[in-house]
Amino acid sequence: MRINISQRKIKDPFVAKVQELSGQNLLACYQCGKCSAGCPAVSQMDILPNQIIRYAQLGLKDELLQSKSIWICASCMTCNARCPKGINIAEVIEAIRQILLRKREDYLKIEELSDEEKTKLPPIAMVSSMRKFTS
Amino acid sequence: MKICYYPGCTLKNNAKNFEESALCSLNSIGVEVEELPRWNCCGTVFSLATDDLIHHVAPIRNLIRVKESNTDRVMTLCAMCYNTLKRANERVKADSESLDKINQFMYREEIDYEGDVKILHFLELLRDEIKFENISKKVTKLLKNLKVANYYGCLLVRPKEIGLDDVENPTILENLMTALGADSIDFPYKTECCGAYQTVNNLEIIAERTYHILTSAQSQGAEIVTVSCPLCAFNLDHRQKETVQKYPEFKNIPILYFTQLLAIALGCPEESLRFDLNYIDPKPILKEKGLI
Repeated sequence: MRINISQRKIKDPFVAKVQELSGQNLLACYQCGKCSAGCPAVSQMDILPNQIIRYAQLGLKDELLQSKSIWICASCMTCNARCPKGINIAEVIEAIRQILLRKREDYLKIEELSDEEKTKLPPIAMVSSMRKFTS
Repeated sequence: MKICYYPGCTLKNNAKNFEESALCSLNSIGVEVEELPRWNCCGTVFSLATDDLIHHVAPIRNLIRVKESNTDRVMTLCAMCYNTLKRANERVKADSESLDKINQFMYREEIDYEGDVKILHFLELLRDEIKFENISKKVTKLLKNLKVANYYGCLLVRPKEIGLDDVENPTILENLMTALGADSIDFPYKTECCGAYQTVNNLEIIAERTYHILTSAQSQGAEIVTVSCPLCAFNLDHRQKETVQKYPEFKNIPILYFTQLLAIALGCPEESLRFDLNYIDPKPILKEKGLI
Protein backbone atom coordinates (compact mmCIF):
# COMPACT_ATOMS: atom_id res chain seq x y z
CA MET A 1 0.00 0.00 0.00
CA ARG A 2 1.30 3.43 -0.96
CA ILE A 3 0.85 6.16 1.64
CA ASN A 4 1.49 9.81 0.92
CA ILE A 5 2.49 11.99 3.79
CA SER A 6 2.46 15.76 3.64
CA GLN A 7 2.63 18.88 5.79
CA ARG A 8 -0.95 19.58 4.79
CA LYS A 9 -2.14 16.29 6.29
CA ILE A 10 -0.04 16.67 9.43
CA LYS A 11 -1.63 20.07 10.04
CA ASP A 12 -5.17 18.80 9.34
CA PRO A 13 -7.59 19.68 12.18
CA PHE A 14 -8.25 15.94 12.38
CA VAL A 15 -5.02 15.47 14.37
CA ALA A 16 -6.00 18.07 16.95
CA LYS A 17 -9.51 16.63 17.14
CA VAL A 18 -8.17 13.14 17.88
CA GLN A 19 -5.93 14.56 20.59
CA GLU A 20 -8.77 16.58 22.07
CA LEU A 21 -11.33 13.77 22.13
CA SER A 22 -8.86 11.20 23.41
CA GLY A 23 -7.06 13.48 25.83
CA GLN A 24 -3.80 11.92 24.65
CA ASN A 25 -0.54 13.35 23.39
CA LEU A 26 0.04 11.44 20.16
CA LEU A 27 3.66 12.55 19.90
CA ALA A 28 4.52 10.75 23.13
CA CYS A 29 4.52 7.47 21.19
CA TYR A 30 7.96 6.14 20.23
CA GLN A 31 6.68 3.14 18.26
CA CYS A 32 7.84 0.35 20.57
CA GLY A 33 4.95 -1.80 19.36
CA LYS A 34 4.00 -3.16 22.76
CA CYS A 35 0.34 -2.25 22.22
CA SER A 36 0.15 -4.34 19.07
CA ALA A 37 2.12 -7.20 20.61
CA GLY A 38 -0.43 -7.60 23.39
CA CYS A 39 -3.60 -6.76 21.47
CA PRO A 40 -5.91 -9.79 21.25
CA ALA A 41 -7.63 -8.33 18.18
CA VAL A 42 -4.67 -7.85 15.82
CA SER A 43 -5.49 -10.92 13.73
CA GLN A 44 -8.61 -9.09 12.52
CA MET A 45 -7.04 -5.64 12.13
CA ASP A 46 -5.89 -3.98 8.93
CA ILE A 47 -3.94 -1.22 10.72
CA LEU A 48 -2.27 -2.31 13.99
CA PRO A 49 -2.63 -0.25 17.18
CA ASN A 50 0.90 1.21 17.05
CA GLN A 51 0.28 2.08 13.39
CA ILE A 52 -2.98 3.78 14.33
CA ILE A 53 -0.99 6.13 16.55
CA ARG A 54 1.55 6.76 13.79
CA TYR A 55 -1.18 7.37 11.21
CA ALA A 56 -2.89 9.77 13.60
CA GLN A 57 0.37 11.69 14.16
CA LEU A 58 0.68 12.05 10.40
CA GLY A 59 -2.94 13.07 9.89
CA LEU A 60 -3.76 10.10 7.68
CA LYS A 61 -7.42 10.75 8.19
CA ASP A 62 -8.92 8.83 5.27
CA GLU A 63 -6.93 5.68 6.02
CA LEU A 64 -7.99 5.74 9.66
CA LEU A 65 -11.64 6.57 9.08
CA GLN A 66 -11.91 3.75 6.55
CA SER A 67 -10.01 1.16 8.57
CA LYS A 68 -11.60 -1.98 9.95
CA SER A 69 -9.44 -1.78 13.05
CA ILE A 70 -11.28 1.09 14.70
CA TRP A 71 -14.39 -1.13 14.90
CA ILE A 72 -12.55 -4.32 15.84
CA CYS A 73 -11.10 -2.79 19.00
CA ALA A 74 -13.32 -3.75 21.95
CA SER A 75 -11.66 -1.30 24.38
CA CYS A 76 -10.23 -4.14 26.47
CA MET A 77 -7.52 -1.71 27.67
CA THR A 78 -4.64 -4.17 27.43
CA CYS A 79 -2.67 -1.71 25.29
CA ASN A 80 -3.30 1.08 27.79
CA ALA A 81 -2.13 -1.08 30.67
CA ARG A 82 1.13 -1.92 28.90
CA CYS A 83 2.13 1.31 27.16
CA PRO A 84 5.49 2.38 28.62
CA LYS A 85 4.71 5.98 27.68
CA GLY A 86 1.33 6.00 29.41
CA ILE A 87 -0.64 6.64 26.24
CA ASN A 88 -4.22 5.43 26.29
CA ILE A 89 -4.40 3.87 22.84
CA ALA A 90 -8.00 2.69 23.35
CA GLU A 91 -9.00 6.33 23.89
CA VAL A 92 -7.31 7.31 20.61
CA ILE A 93 -9.28 4.62 18.80
CA GLU A 94 -12.47 5.79 20.53
CA ALA A 95 -11.78 9.33 19.34
CA ILE A 96 -11.54 8.15 15.71
CA ARG A 97 -14.79 6.18 16.09
CA GLN A 98 -16.45 9.25 17.62
CA ILE A 99 -15.48 11.40 14.64
CA LEU A 100 -17.56 9.08 12.43
CA LEU A 101 -20.37 8.44 14.90
CA ARG A 102 -20.87 12.14 15.46
CA LYS A 103 -21.63 12.40 11.76
CA ARG A 104 -24.24 9.65 12.27
CA GLU A 105 -22.15 7.11 10.42
CA ASP A 106 -23.20 4.09 12.47
CA TYR A 107 -21.24 0.87 12.32
CA LEU A 108 -23.90 -1.38 13.81
CA LYS A 109 -27.08 -1.82 11.81
CA ILE A 110 -29.58 -3.13 14.32
CA GLU A 111 -32.17 -3.63 11.58
CA GLU A 112 -29.92 -6.23 9.95
CA LEU A 113 -30.02 -8.50 12.99
CA SER A 114 -32.48 -11.38 12.87
CA ASP A 115 -35.24 -11.56 15.46
CA GLU A 116 -33.72 -14.82 16.65
CA GLU A 117 -30.35 -13.17 17.36
CA LYS A 118 -31.96 -10.19 19.05
CA THR A 119 -33.93 -12.50 21.33
CA LYS A 120 -30.87 -14.55 22.19
CA LEU A 121 -28.50 -11.68 22.92
CA PRO A 122 -28.40 -10.52 26.54
CA PRO A 123 -29.12 -6.80 27.19
CA ILE A 124 -25.50 -6.24 28.23
CA ALA A 125 -24.42 -7.18 24.68
CA MET A 126 -27.08 -5.17 22.85
CA VAL A 127 -26.68 -2.02 24.91
CA SER A 128 -22.87 -2.01 24.93
CA SER A 129 -22.78 -2.62 21.19
CA MET A 130 -25.18 0.25 20.57
CA ARG A 131 -23.21 2.49 22.90
CA LYS A 132 -19.98 1.81 21.02
CA PHE A 133 -21.18 1.42 17.47
CA THR A 134 -24.09 3.80 16.99
CA SER A 135 -24.52 7.54 17.30
CA MET B 1 -23.60 -6.77 57.93
CA LYS B 2 -25.94 -5.03 55.52
CA ILE B 3 -24.98 -4.02 51.99
CA CYS B 4 -26.65 -2.00 49.25
CA TYR B 5 -26.73 -4.00 46.02
CA TYR B 6 -26.83 -2.70 42.45
CA PRO B 7 -27.94 -5.52 40.09
CA GLY B 8 -27.86 -4.05 36.57
CA CYS B 9 -29.91 -5.16 33.56
CA THR B 10 -28.58 -8.59 32.71
CA LEU B 11 -28.63 -9.89 36.28
CA LYS B 12 -32.40 -9.62 36.06
CA ASN B 13 -32.79 -11.91 33.07
CA ASN B 14 -30.04 -13.82 31.20
CA ALA B 15 -27.78 -13.83 34.25
CA LYS B 16 -30.36 -14.78 36.89
CA ASN B 17 -28.05 -17.71 37.65
CA PHE B 18 -25.40 -15.15 38.67
CA GLU B 19 -27.75 -13.13 40.86
CA GLU B 20 -29.62 -15.94 42.56
CA SER B 21 -26.49 -17.93 43.39
CA ALA B 22 -24.79 -14.80 44.76
CA LEU B 23 -27.78 -13.78 46.87
CA CYS B 24 -28.10 -17.28 48.31
CA SER B 25 -24.34 -17.29 49.11
CA LEU B 26 -24.57 -13.91 50.84
CA ASN B 27 -27.49 -15.16 52.87
CA SER B 28 -25.46 -18.23 53.94
CA ILE B 29 -22.56 -16.01 54.97
CA GLY B 30 -24.91 -13.81 56.97
CA VAL B 31 -24.83 -10.66 54.86
CA GLU B 32 -28.10 -8.81 54.52
CA VAL B 33 -28.66 -7.43 51.02
CA GLU B 34 -30.81 -4.48 50.13
CA GLU B 35 -31.39 -3.85 46.43
CA LEU B 36 -30.84 -0.23 45.44
CA PRO B 37 -34.29 1.39 44.96
CA ARG B 38 -35.03 2.93 41.55
CA TRP B 39 -31.72 1.89 40.02
CA ASN B 40 -31.20 2.58 36.33
CA CYS B 41 -28.72 1.48 33.64
CA CYS B 42 -25.10 1.78 34.83
CA GLY B 43 -24.15 3.34 31.50
CA THR B 44 -22.88 -0.08 30.29
CA VAL B 45 -19.56 1.17 28.93
CA PHE B 46 -17.52 4.00 30.39
CA SER B 47 -17.33 6.85 27.91
CA LEU B 48 -13.77 7.27 26.76
CA ALA B 49 -14.19 10.54 24.88
CA THR B 50 -13.10 13.47 27.05
CA ASP B 51 -16.11 15.67 26.25
CA ASP B 52 -18.79 13.00 26.51
CA LEU B 53 -20.37 13.96 29.84
CA ILE B 54 -23.92 12.95 29.00
CA HIS B 55 -23.04 9.26 29.27
CA HIS B 56 -21.81 9.71 32.83
CA VAL B 57 -25.27 10.85 33.90
CA ALA B 58 -26.65 7.30 34.21
CA PRO B 59 -23.90 5.98 36.53
CA ILE B 60 -23.86 9.14 38.65
CA ARG B 61 -27.65 9.08 39.02
CA ASN B 62 -27.31 5.60 40.52
CA LEU B 63 -24.80 6.97 43.01
CA ILE B 64 -27.34 9.63 44.03
CA ARG B 65 -29.79 6.76 44.67
CA VAL B 66 -27.17 5.14 46.90
CA LYS B 67 -26.90 8.35 48.95
CA GLU B 68 -30.69 8.54 49.13
CA SER B 69 -30.65 5.05 50.65
CA ASN B 70 -28.65 6.49 53.54
CA THR B 71 -25.48 4.61 52.76
CA ASP B 72 -22.23 5.49 51.07
CA ARG B 73 -21.33 2.25 49.41
CA VAL B 74 -22.80 -0.05 46.84
CA MET B 75 -21.93 -3.57 45.76
CA THR B 76 -22.12 -4.93 42.22
CA LEU B 77 -21.86 -8.44 40.83
CA CYS B 78 -21.55 -7.66 37.12
CA ALA B 79 -17.97 -6.76 36.20
CA MET B 80 -19.18 -4.28 33.59
CA CYS B 81 -21.40 -2.37 36.06
CA TYR B 82 -18.53 -2.39 38.55
CA ASN B 83 -16.14 -0.91 36.02
CA THR B 84 -18.51 1.71 34.60
CA LEU B 85 -19.84 2.93 37.97
CA LYS B 86 -16.37 3.05 39.48
CA ARG B 87 -14.74 4.81 36.54
CA ALA B 88 -17.52 7.40 36.30
CA ASN B 89 -17.16 7.98 40.03
CA GLU B 90 -13.38 8.42 39.76
CA ARG B 91 -13.85 10.72 36.78
CA VAL B 92 -16.15 13.14 38.60
CA LYS B 93 -14.11 12.96 41.80
CA ALA B 94 -11.08 14.16 39.88
CA ASP B 95 -12.93 16.81 37.89
CA SER B 96 -15.25 19.07 39.86
CA GLU B 97 -16.24 21.03 36.78
CA SER B 98 -17.65 17.89 35.14
CA LEU B 99 -19.39 16.94 38.37
CA ASP B 100 -21.03 20.37 38.55
CA LYS B 101 -22.27 20.09 34.98
CA ILE B 102 -23.67 16.60 35.59
CA ASN B 103 -25.39 17.77 38.78
CA GLN B 104 -26.84 20.74 36.95
CA PHE B 105 -28.17 18.45 34.23
CA MET B 106 -29.92 16.42 36.92
CA TYR B 107 -31.41 19.53 38.56
CA ARG B 108 -34.63 17.72 39.39
CA GLU B 109 -32.83 15.31 41.70
CA GLU B 110 -33.29 16.23 45.32
CA ILE B 111 -29.61 16.02 46.17
CA ASP B 112 -26.38 16.74 44.33
CA TYR B 113 -23.76 14.05 44.02
CA GLU B 114 -20.56 14.85 45.88
CA GLY B 115 -18.28 12.00 44.85
CA ASP B 116 -18.59 10.24 48.17
CA VAL B 117 -19.89 6.76 47.28
CA LYS B 118 -17.63 3.74 47.25
CA ILE B 119 -18.24 1.11 44.60
CA LEU B 120 -17.43 -2.37 45.74
CA HIS B 121 -17.38 -5.64 43.86
CA PHE B 122 -18.80 -8.74 45.54
CA LEU B 123 -15.32 -10.32 45.34
CA GLU B 124 -13.82 -7.39 47.27
CA LEU B 125 -16.46 -7.79 49.95
CA LEU B 126 -15.56 -11.49 50.27
CA ARG B 127 -11.80 -10.90 50.27
CA ASP B 128 -11.45 -7.74 52.33
CA GLU B 129 -14.33 -7.79 54.77
CA ILE B 130 -15.68 -11.30 55.19
CA LYS B 131 -12.26 -12.80 54.38
CA PHE B 132 -11.70 -16.05 52.54
CA GLU B 133 -10.64 -17.97 55.66
CA ASN B 134 -14.04 -17.26 57.21
CA ILE B 135 -15.76 -18.42 54.03
CA SER B 136 -13.76 -21.67 54.27
CA LYS B 137 -15.26 -22.24 57.71
CA LYS B 138 -18.78 -21.97 56.28
CA VAL B 139 -18.17 -24.47 53.48
CA THR B 140 -20.44 -27.48 53.83
CA LYS B 141 -19.46 -29.12 50.54
CA LEU B 142 -15.79 -28.88 49.60
CA LEU B 143 -15.24 -28.60 45.85
CA LYS B 144 -12.82 -31.49 46.10
CA ASN B 145 -10.95 -32.68 43.00
CA LEU B 146 -12.66 -30.08 40.83
CA LYS B 147 -10.22 -28.43 38.47
CA VAL B 148 -11.31 -24.83 37.94
CA ALA B 149 -9.78 -22.25 35.61
CA ASN B 150 -10.80 -18.71 36.55
CA TYR B 151 -11.40 -16.22 33.78
CA TYR B 152 -11.29 -12.52 34.71
CA GLY B 153 -11.67 -10.85 31.35
CA CYS B 154 -11.02 -7.12 31.19
CA LEU B 155 -13.29 -5.20 33.46
CA LEU B 156 -12.33 -6.52 36.88
CA VAL B 157 -8.68 -5.68 36.35
CA ARG B 158 -8.34 -2.84 33.83
CA PRO B 159 -7.58 -0.01 33.99
CA LYS B 160 -5.12 -0.48 36.82
CA GLU B 161 -6.59 2.34 38.98
CA ILE B 162 -10.00 0.66 38.87
CA GLY B 163 -9.04 -3.02 39.00
CA LEU B 164 -9.57 -5.05 42.14
CA ASP B 165 -6.37 -7.05 41.79
CA ASP B 166 -3.07 -7.18 39.90
CA VAL B 167 -3.56 -5.90 36.36
CA GLU B 168 -1.56 -8.68 34.65
CA ASN B 169 -1.82 -11.59 37.07
CA PRO B 170 -4.90 -11.38 39.28
CA THR B 171 -5.36 -14.23 41.76
CA ILE B 172 -8.46 -13.28 43.75
CA LEU B 173 -10.67 -15.89 42.07
CA GLU B 174 -8.02 -18.60 42.42
CA ASN B 175 -7.71 -17.78 46.12
CA LEU B 176 -11.48 -17.94 46.55
CA MET B 177 -11.70 -21.27 44.71
CA THR B 178 -8.86 -22.68 46.82
CA ALA B 179 -10.74 -21.57 49.94
CA LEU B 180 -13.71 -23.58 48.67
CA GLY B 181 -11.57 -26.67 48.24
CA ALA B 182 -11.24 -26.61 44.44
CA ASP B 183 -8.01 -27.03 42.48
CA SER B 184 -7.33 -23.66 40.87
CA ILE B 185 -5.76 -23.94 37.47
CA ASP B 186 -3.64 -21.09 36.14
CA PHE B 187 -3.77 -20.33 32.42
CA PRO B 188 -2.32 -17.52 30.31
CA TYR B 189 -5.60 -16.34 28.80
CA LYS B 190 -7.31 -15.43 32.07
CA THR B 191 -7.30 -11.67 31.40
CA GLU B 192 -7.55 -11.83 27.59
CA CYS B 193 -10.62 -10.07 26.18
CA CYS B 194 -13.51 -12.37 25.11
CA GLY B 195 -14.44 -9.96 22.31
CA ALA B 196 -17.23 -8.35 24.35
CA TYR B 197 -19.99 -6.65 22.30
CA GLN B 198 -18.46 -7.86 19.03
CA THR B 199 -20.77 -10.80 19.74
CA VAL B 200 -23.63 -8.77 18.23
CA ASN B 201 -22.30 -8.40 14.70
CA ASN B 202 -18.92 -10.11 14.45
CA LEU B 203 -19.27 -13.72 15.52
CA GLU B 204 -16.03 -14.74 13.79
CA ILE B 205 -14.05 -12.84 16.41
CA ILE B 206 -15.97 -14.33 19.31
CA ALA B 207 -15.57 -17.89 18.05
CA GLU B 208 -11.82 -17.31 17.66
CA ARG B 209 -11.41 -15.81 21.14
CA THR B 210 -13.60 -18.40 22.83
CA TYR B 211 -11.63 -21.14 21.14
CA HIS B 212 -8.24 -19.80 22.25
CA ILE B 213 -9.32 -18.92 25.79
CA LEU B 214 -11.07 -22.21 26.48
CA THR B 215 -8.58 -24.54 24.80
CA SER B 216 -5.84 -22.83 26.80
CA ALA B 217 -7.74 -23.59 30.03
CA GLN B 218 -8.41 -27.13 28.87
CA SER B 219 -4.74 -27.71 28.06
CA GLN B 220 -4.00 -26.98 31.73
CA GLY B 221 -6.54 -29.60 32.78
CA ALA B 222 -9.54 -27.38 33.56
CA GLU B 223 -12.91 -29.09 33.94
CA ILE B 224 -14.85 -25.89 34.52
CA VAL B 225 -14.16 -22.23 33.72
CA THR B 226 -15.55 -19.56 36.03
CA VAL B 227 -16.58 -16.07 34.95
CA SER B 228 -17.72 -12.86 36.65
CA CYS B 229 -19.23 -10.92 33.76
CA PRO B 230 -22.53 -11.75 32.01
CA LEU B 231 -21.06 -10.74 28.65
CA CYS B 232 -18.02 -13.01 29.08
CA ALA B 233 -20.45 -15.71 30.20
CA PHE B 234 -22.51 -15.33 27.05
CA ASN B 235 -19.46 -15.38 24.79
CA LEU B 236 -17.62 -18.23 26.47
CA ASP B 237 -20.69 -20.36 27.18
CA HIS B 238 -23.47 -19.72 24.65
CA ARG B 239 -21.09 -18.96 21.78
CA GLN B 240 -19.50 -22.39 22.12
CA LYS B 241 -22.17 -23.33 19.58
CA GLU B 242 -20.49 -21.10 16.96
CA THR B 243 -17.02 -22.08 18.21
CA VAL B 244 -17.64 -25.76 17.42
CA GLN B 245 -18.89 -24.79 13.96
CA LYS B 246 -15.64 -22.94 13.23
CA TYR B 247 -13.31 -25.38 15.04
CA PRO B 248 -14.80 -28.90 14.78
CA GLU B 249 -12.13 -30.35 17.07
CA PHE B 250 -13.19 -28.04 19.92
CA LYS B 251 -14.54 -29.85 22.99
CA ASN B 252 -17.26 -28.15 25.04
CA ILE B 253 -16.50 -27.15 28.61
CA PRO B 254 -19.01 -25.86 31.20
CA ILE B 255 -18.80 -22.17 32.14
CA LEU B 256 -20.07 -21.21 35.59
CA TYR B 257 -20.34 -17.93 37.42
CA PHE B 258 -17.94 -18.12 40.35
CA THR B 259 -21.00 -17.51 42.53
CA GLN B 260 -22.56 -20.77 41.33
CA LEU B 261 -19.58 -22.69 42.69
CA LEU B 262 -19.61 -20.60 45.85
CA ALA B 263 -23.30 -21.39 46.34
CA ILE B 264 -22.65 -25.13 45.89
CA ALA B 265 -19.85 -25.02 48.46
CA LEU B 266 -22.03 -23.11 50.91
CA GLY B 267 -24.84 -25.64 50.59
CA CYS B 268 -27.35 -23.52 48.69
CA PRO B 269 -30.26 -25.45 47.16
CA GLU B 270 -29.98 -26.44 43.51
CA GLU B 271 -32.87 -24.11 42.53
CA SER B 272 -30.66 -21.12 43.38
CA LEU B 273 -27.97 -22.28 40.94
CA ARG B 274 -30.29 -21.87 37.94
CA PHE B 275 -28.39 -24.24 35.68
CA ASP B 276 -31.25 -23.84 33.19
CA LEU B 277 -29.57 -20.59 32.10
CA ASN B 278 -26.18 -22.21 31.42
CA TYR B 279 -25.77 -23.32 27.81
CA ILE B 280 -23.20 -26.09 28.32
CA ASP B 281 -24.69 -28.34 30.99
CA PRO B 282 -22.43 -28.36 34.06
CA LYS B 283 -24.44 -31.07 35.83
CA PRO B 284 -22.57 -34.14 34.49
CA ILE B 285 -19.17 -32.97 35.81
CA LEU B 286 -20.68 -31.71 39.08
CA LYS B 287 -22.46 -35.06 39.59
CA GLU B 288 -19.27 -36.95 38.80
CA LYS B 289 -17.54 -34.99 41.59
CA GLY B 290 -20.43 -35.61 43.98
CA LEU B 291 -21.26 -31.91 44.23
CA ILE B 292 -24.93 -32.03 43.25
